[in-house]
Amino acid sequence: MTEIIFISTLNGVLYGMLLFLMASGLTVIFSMMGVLNFAHASFYMLGAFFGFEISRRLGFWAGLAIAPLLVGGIGVAVERYGLRRVHRHGHAAELLFTFGLAFVIEELVGMVWGKLPVNYQTPRALDFPAFTAFSIDYPAYKIFELAIAAAIFVALLAAVKRTRIGLIVQAALSHPEMVGMLGHNVDRIFMLVFGVGTALAAVAGVIAGPALVTQSNMAAQLGPILFVVVVVGGLGSLGGAFVASLLIGLVQTFAIASNASLAGAFGHLAAASALRDFFGDIWTITVAQIGPILPYLLLVLILIFRPRGLMGTRET
Amino acid sequence: MSAAGPGVSAAPLGRGSGFFASYGVWIAAIVVLAALPHLFSSGLALTTLCLMGTAIIFALSYNMLLGQTGLLSFGHAVFFGLGGFLTAHMMNVVESHNAPLPLMVFPLVGGAAGLVFGIIFGAVSTRRAGTAFAMITLGVGELVSSSALILRHFFGGEEGVTTDRTDLIHLFGVTFGPQIQVYYLIAAWCLASTAAMYALTQTPFGRICNAVRDNPERARFIGYNTQAVRFLAFSLSGLFAGVAGGLAAINFEIVNSAQMGAAESGTVILMTYIGGVGDFAGPIIGAILVTYLQTVMSGITDAWQLYFGLLFIGMVMFAPEGIAGLLVKQRLLLRSRRLHRVAPYYALALLPGLVALAGVSLVIEMTNQLTVHAADGPDMTFFHVAFKADAPLPWLIAAILLAGGVWLFLRAARLAGDAYDEAAAAARGATT
Repeated sequence: MTEIIFISTLNGVLYGMLLFLMASGLTVIFSMMGVLNFAHASFYMLGAFFGFEISRRLGFWAGLAIAPLLVGGIGVAVERYGLRRVHRHGHAAELLFTFGLAFVIEELVGMVWGKLPVNYQTPRALDFPAFTAFSIDYPAYKIFELAIAAAIFVALLAAVKRTRIGLIVQAALSHPEMVGMLGHNVDRIFMLVFGVGTALAAVAGVIAGPALVTQSNMAAQLGPILFVVVVVGGLGSLGGAFVASLLIGLVQTFAIASNASLAGAFGHLAAASALRDFFGDIWTITVAQIGPILPYLLLVLILIFRPRGLMGTRET
Repeated sequence: MSAAGPGVSAAPLGRGSGFFASYGVWIAAIVVLAALPHLFSSGLALTTLCLMGTAIIFALSYNMLLGQTGLLSFGHAVFFGLGGFLTAHMMNVVESHNAPLPLMVFPLVGGAAGLVFGIIFGAVSTRRAGTAFAMITLGVGELVSSSALILRHFFGGEEGVTTDRTDLIHLFGVTFGPQIQVYYLIAAWCLASTAAMYALTQTPFGRICNAVRDNPERARFIGYNTQAVRFLAFSLSGLFAGVAGGLAAINFEIVNSAQMGAAESGTVILMTYIGGVGDFAGPIIGAILVTYLQTVMSGITDAWQLYFGLLFIGMVMFAPEGIAGLLVKQRLLLRSRRLHRVAPYYALALLPGLVALAGVSLVIEMTNQLTVHAADGPDMTFFHVAFKADAPLPWLIAAILLAGGVWLFLRAARLAGDAYDEAAAAARGATT
């Protein structure tokens, strides 16, 4: 039992940190510009595939350095020539634009790299067990992922709290119009934030690619979970996004490790057969099976009982 | 049937011969729907027409949200799929009990299912509007489509639920075995649903939906509960999506969980938006066009979804009013006989547009040849011209076509826009 808790906690924190790398960009873009970037997970996927392609030619470390820059550049171009153009048609048009973009990126990636998973390998320098706990070898690469994610988290925190641009971004989170009134070049800040946000998603893609499956449907699988993180965490709150990322990471990891079901919990009762008939499929479903839908259940519950999210400051 | 826009109802009814002036469009629609299978009688054409019929209802029901109430939903296929599942299960139950219920009424089962689930999910999601609403519908859509794979007993797992439409009692000797009979069933339901949805836009409720879309604050100030209006619109739109799902279940005789997934929800957004959300006829045009292109293009190129995505982005960026909106804009010029002045500019813009399109598709097809069809070697043909996809010359030509086409198209489009504005201003000046 202890080993499951230990390993699941470690994996859950790791998954949560990766989620935060993406959700941080998404929530800042959403809070500042009102644009819910549907294609955010697509930039994560582009990061993974660019990282894969570069690592095949120049090695993993080159991929880690170059892929986020490339993806950030694409993000800047998308903001400058796409989003800014549709901005005057309102938020729905922006959302639809990013929706179409996600669609196109998925098709493009599927065309160039195929629909099957690609063989994105962990770098050889990190291909060893970091430690052995309860006779399970924990790969060093996962520790490396955790370290990168934590380092970026600290850097982001410092950038937001301590620098001038971070101050403006923070101000724009709560009072977007006021920042423009004060004479800051809001367009350029948006472009920068969009570029940095997409580059962060790409970092997550590069480092998560070898550990998870790098495939053309990875964006479609992860995208909705990111929205859950943003809603659960609360609009305009980086801290909320952090808490929600960890929460969802832990919930999903623990769910996968759990075999509990209604049949297991109440099967010894006298009324078990009647209950089984009443619940049907639900009677035998294990928690591991409902793992994928837990984030969405959480989303619905949050929206019913606390519409502004865990740490949100305002509603849309 | 595409002229039933709001503009028609705005025309004074006194002109023309009363009955025909107000019902002419619908009579024409009945005639066209009845004649279509005789004009296009091949099996493929008939199948496509059936798909179009369900797609029209589905897209129109979606536009009740997006176009008329201003609610952007990413999970509309949930109601389509649940309507289909309930219809298929109901058909199986009725068949096993030999109950005397003819096939014609089963889309009502789908509609009832859509309405009930519309009420349930609407209660959760319509508490908010705008982006928050969009996210909730996305979450609900994911919740339902992932649950479908867990609740195997009801949703039939990966394979889905099958049914047999010919096993029900046969009224007037109609067995619904041949596709043509299914076509007429779909056509009748399509017409009835379209008429019902159009009638709904003409009611005070339909107008208040528009008010909630355009200015929720003022709608609140004149005493309407905007949340209740959104909730009603959401539930009713679920009803019609359920009807479409029921018809799809009857048509395919199988329903699976993919029909309520994110891809299906995405398709209905594409259809509705490409057709045009601002006009009642827009989704009809979009559904017909997208279904037609799907059947035709999927036979020509396997990158057809990419073309759709690009078309969609192009529409969002350059023509957010959709095809119907572009057509409606021309009506003003047509009425004042000024269209011939602007038409040459349209032709001028069309030419580089086609060149740019050729460039784009050349790039896509060459990439496709080198990646998806890598095993077949680099030899390919494009518009009957044979060449090697890995040679530099075709790529250079494609780049020139693309860059030159786009640049010229943007310039010509600006000229055409100016010409339109000028002619439209003159037309307005002449009428007032």
